[in-house]
Amino acid sequence: MATPTTEKKTLTFALMDAPYENERTVTALRLIDIAARRGYNLTVFAYEGAVSLAFAKQAPHANAVHGRDAAQEDHPMPRDWIAAVLAVAEKNGGKIDWINCGLCVDERGVGEAIPGTRRGSPADLWKAAEASDNTLVIGTR
Amino acid sequence: MARKVLQVIATAYRCNVEEQDDPIVWITHAMKGAGADLAVLLRGNAVNYAVKAQDASGLSFGERAQTQPPRIAEDLAKLGGKGVDVFFVEDDAALRGIEPNELIEGARAVSRAALPKLLAGYDQIWHW
Repeated sequence: MATPTTEKKTLTFALMDAPYENERTVTALRLIDIAARRGYNLTVFAYEGAVSLAFAKQAPHANAVHGRDAAQEDHPMPRDWIAAVLAVAEKNGGKIDWINCGLCVDERGVGEAIPGTRRGSPADLWKAAEASDNTLVIGTR
Repeated sequence: MARKVLQVIATAYRCNVEEQDDPIVWITHAMKGAGADLAVLLRGNAVNYAVKAQDASGLSFGERAQTQPPRIAEDLAKLGGKGVDVFFVEDDAALRGIEPNELIEGARAVSRAALPKLLAGYDQIWHW
């Protein structure tokens, strides 16, 4: 089994899927979480529907089918997961520059993003990719 | 030295009507404008993007008509005009009954067998 590298990497991720549609974003966040725990410097470019991942007004709800109220259901919010990986990165000496494609934000009316994320453009994606050891794009299928 | 990235588009016709373009063709234009060194490879259903005769016009809901439908073949041709190489997998086109003369000028055929050599010419492959 390979020994995990201790070298500090710089990685870029481009995500495209909207929240609550499939498991690709969860997989992406698993990878981002691992990299954040290693203290890597990361850029995440949220494109198209992925800009809604950091939308601040996501709201938890009760679930009658599960027989649980909102508190018991403890529904996962992608915005909370993002806040958590941002915190993990900082705790481990790295950082995550989470960029939401500005035009995609405007189209969807999701301009109210959580703190620690920012608005940007494809030029930011390219700039980050050029400065990174590698880039992973996860497109919508 | 700038990195060379090959943008592989495999998933076709996702949000094209709403965006009035293909989002990966669009972001390729945008990043090229920011200085990126990019090329595009169409594979799978996305080979149809290079077909000149496609026409997505005419959509309307009630009195709301779409005035600027997607023109993806034109957008791809414009990429070629900006120095972005546009490739398509000829096996995928043939499987779909698409003849080479139906495609935009400048789209370059590459066989599946030749893909490793093509991919080896780029620093990174972004598979959208």
